[in-house]
This record gives sequence, structure tokens and C-alpha cells, in this order.
Amino acid sequence: MPPNPQLNANGELQHLLSIEGLPREILIRILDTAESFVGVTEREVKKVPLLRGKSVFNLFFESSTRTRTTFEIAAKRLSADVINLNIAASSQSKGESLLDTVANLSAMQADMFVVRHASSGAPFLIARHVKPHEHVINAGDGRHAHPTQGLLDLYTIRHYKKDFRELTVAVVGDVLHSRVARSLIHGLTTLGVPEVRAIGPQTLMPAGVEALGVRVYHDVREGLRDADVVVMLRLQNERMSGALLPSAQEFFMTYGLTAERLALAKPAAIVMHPGPMNRGVEIDSSVADGPHSVILPQVTFGIAVRMAVMSMVAGH
Amino acid sequence: MNALPEAEDLLQPLVDELRARVTPASAMIGLYTGGAWLAERLHPMLGLREPLGLMDIAFYRDDYHKQGLKHDPKRTRIPFDVEGKDLLLVDDVLYTGRTVRAAMNELFDYGRPRSIALVVLADRGGRQLPICAQHCGARLEVAEGMRLRLKRAEGGRLSFELEHAA
Repeated sequence: MPPNPQLNANGELQHLLSIEGLPREILIRILDTAESFVGVTEREVKKVPLLRGKSVFNLFFESSTRTRTTFEIAAKRLSADVINLNIAASSQSKGESLLDTVANLSAMQADMFVVRHASSGAPFLIARHVKPHEHVINAGDGRHAHPTQGLLDLYTIRHYKKDFRELTVAVVGDVLHSRVARSLIHGLTTLGVPEVRAIGPQTLMPAGVEALGVRVYHDVREGLRDADVVVMLRLQNERMSGALLPSAQEFFMTYGLTAERLALAKPAAIVMHPGPMNRGVEIDSSVADGPHSVILPQVTFGIAVRMAVMSMVAGH
Repeated sequence: MNALPEAEDLLQPLVDELRARVTPASAMIGLYTGGAWLAERLHPMLGLREPLGLMDIAFYRDDYHKQGLKHDPKRTRIPFDVEGKDLLLVDDVLYTGRTVRAAMNELFDYGRPRSIALVVLADRGGRQLPICAQHCGARLEVAEGMRLRLKRAEGGRLSFELEHAA
């Protein structure tokens, strides 16, 4: 087996590319470190000097508001200098290759690249070519992985539910196109969640998803029964090709999370969503804004989790 | 090298000394891990009004770029407003002074205390920064290469331990 490209020779986190393949101890260490950073983000001075003098480049080849902003806030709260590249307006549109773009930024003394790309594997390619002191964080690559989102989901679940080993977690919706779902499922199984369910229509369920250790449900009522955690996925219109779904309305009728359906889960169940939400498509407004929703705390925790990841990789 | 003192025997004299310094604005902050143990003992003995604060200086260390982020940093919790307080900053052993430097930097991100006094159970010399303890249980000579630190037994009993630094 080739060595894990995310770890250095001492087994420490060098890049964060995917949750898949990360040992349990490292996942736990990221979550524990994030907890300390939550304390920092609640202070009046929300800044620590760890990455003072480091340059973090946000390379977003695919649009994103929340993820790019939370990475930027996280880097700034670690005292790093952040450079956001507007790729659509950059040399890429003039035909520069991905690795040439990175090599040029490296010549500008970059220390970290936060990469989002429509092609699965792009951050891995970059990680293979950067200098030893440079670090790569995957901020979402194609349908493959979105590890910091998966980590902040894990953090949120641990915050509200404490022990992973007693939980039933239901992931509902467009699992096929969701890098969030893939990252989260790997994390949940690594941390010992006994029951992970994937709920959605056959057309939006990746082939062989059971091999990841999940139980597949096509009936949302059956799948939600006694769940402790319900993770709604965004219906990814921009990734849909062909006729996978009759209509958004029909999806809501069949799989949308309503208060009535949520009542089938445990009384203390929490509802999560990676955002951006399509109200009335995958989730009803009364649930999104209701007492079970932890969707906004997820965003807040996401900053602390990204601070933890950045400070762990940059220290190695 | 002289024999290690009994840590428990140093507590009461230290408290007697600190009592003269306590003001209505006094509050205590212990530094993880040894300083937190010590502060958990001193705080009730002094009967301070403000609850005890505990601090982990992992995010302020000056060797981060060499050592990376320390494993398992604890969450700093200061359950009072440090603005205008007379702070007793508690650590187990004073050595290079770098931990205290980091702790003061972190403290000022919480506010502007009126004063800070450093309280340690042992001063082993070897300072690399212009820092000194206002209250010190014992002064020891410890060779460079050796690490002196506080241990806490299951029943809560504190003792010093000397080992070769890794």
C-alpha cells in the first residue's frame, strides 16, 4: 500500500485531503483541538498568534461563499495573511495549468493552499507537487470529498450527542452527488457509529454504498425511525445531468424533511444541513428554523474546526 | 543536586505569604497542567471570591514553528472579567520563562488586568527571559537536560518528579 499522502513520516497530519484513510486518533485530535479553538472564537479578541507571518491562499476553482468565508475567517483568527484568488478572472481562463498556477503562488512564498475544485483528486495532485513546507487543505473536490465539512459535522454531533458508539445517524437526500455525505460517512464509521443510514431514491444513491458500512433506505419514514441525528443533503441541481428526478416538488413530497416526518426520529434528535439550504425542496422551513435544528451552530463550529486543521498541518 | 522538597509541605507557607497580597480585586489563573493542579489547591485555601480560571497556552507558544501544535490542548476558561483584576498567575515550575511570556500574551487578549503576580511552587533557575516569580515555594538547582515537574497522585497528593528531558 502506498503511504498515506496526508501524513508525514512521523504519522502527523501534513495535508488534509480526505477523511477516508485518516486514523481514528487523528480525527479525535482534530475534534479536541477544535474544542479549544471554540473558546478562542467566543472571546472578545478572537485571534491567536499561531500562524503569524504565514500566507494562506484560497484557491476556489468552483464557487462557494460559506466555505471560502469560513476558511478565510479561520486563517485570520490564526493571524495568517489570506489571499483569495478569483480563479474565474485569473490566468486559468487564459489556459494556465493547475500545477503552473500553484507553482507561481509557491514562488510568492505560499505556506498553505485551500483548494476547491470541480475535479475529484485535484487537491491530491497539488499535494504531490508542493514543497515540504507547503500544506494543502481540500475544501471540496468534485464528488469525492469535503473533509472539513465532514469534520465539522462530526464535531457538531459530538457536541450534542457525546458518545458516537450509541448513535443512529440518518443521511437523507442526494447521496450520489454529495462529497459531504461521503466524507461524513467515512468519519462516522471510523469513530464507531453503529448505525449509519443513507436515505434517498435509487437514482441518487451511489452504486455499492453499502460497502461503506451504511444501510440504504428508500422509504424516508422507515429510515428516520429512532434516528438520533438527521443530516439533510442539498439537492444539487448544478450537478444533475439527465433525468434523475421528476421535479424538486416531487422530491420534497417523497423525501423532504417535515415536522411530521421528523417526529419519527428520537425526541431529542438533531437536524443538520451543510448549506446552502433549499427550503421547500429537501427541508421544510418549520424544521430548518425549529428547535431540533443545529444548522447555524454547525457554521460556527466550522470555523473552530478549520482553525484546528490549519494549525495542525502548519505545525508539521 | 539537592534532594527534591515535599511539594505538599510547600503549600501552606505559600498560602500564608499570598494572603498578605490578596485584595478584593484578586483572582487566580492556573496554567495547565501542573499549574492548574496547584491552583486548584491554592484557590480554596485563599478563599478568593472569583472562581478559578484555567489556561492552556498552546496557541501562544513561541516554539510552534519548530514543535508544531501540542497534543491535546485544553480549552482556556477564564470565568471572570480580567479587566482591572489583581491576577495571581500560577504555574508549578518556573524555568526558561517562556510559558509565562506566552501566558501573559494570552491574558492580554482577554483584557487589561491591574496587576499580575507570578506564583510558582519551584524555581529551578535557567531563565532565558527577564521574568521572575513574586511568590515561590522553593528554589532548586536542576541540571539542564533534566525536567522537573509536578505529579498528582490519584488521591490528589502533589509531588515533584525529576526525569531526563526527552
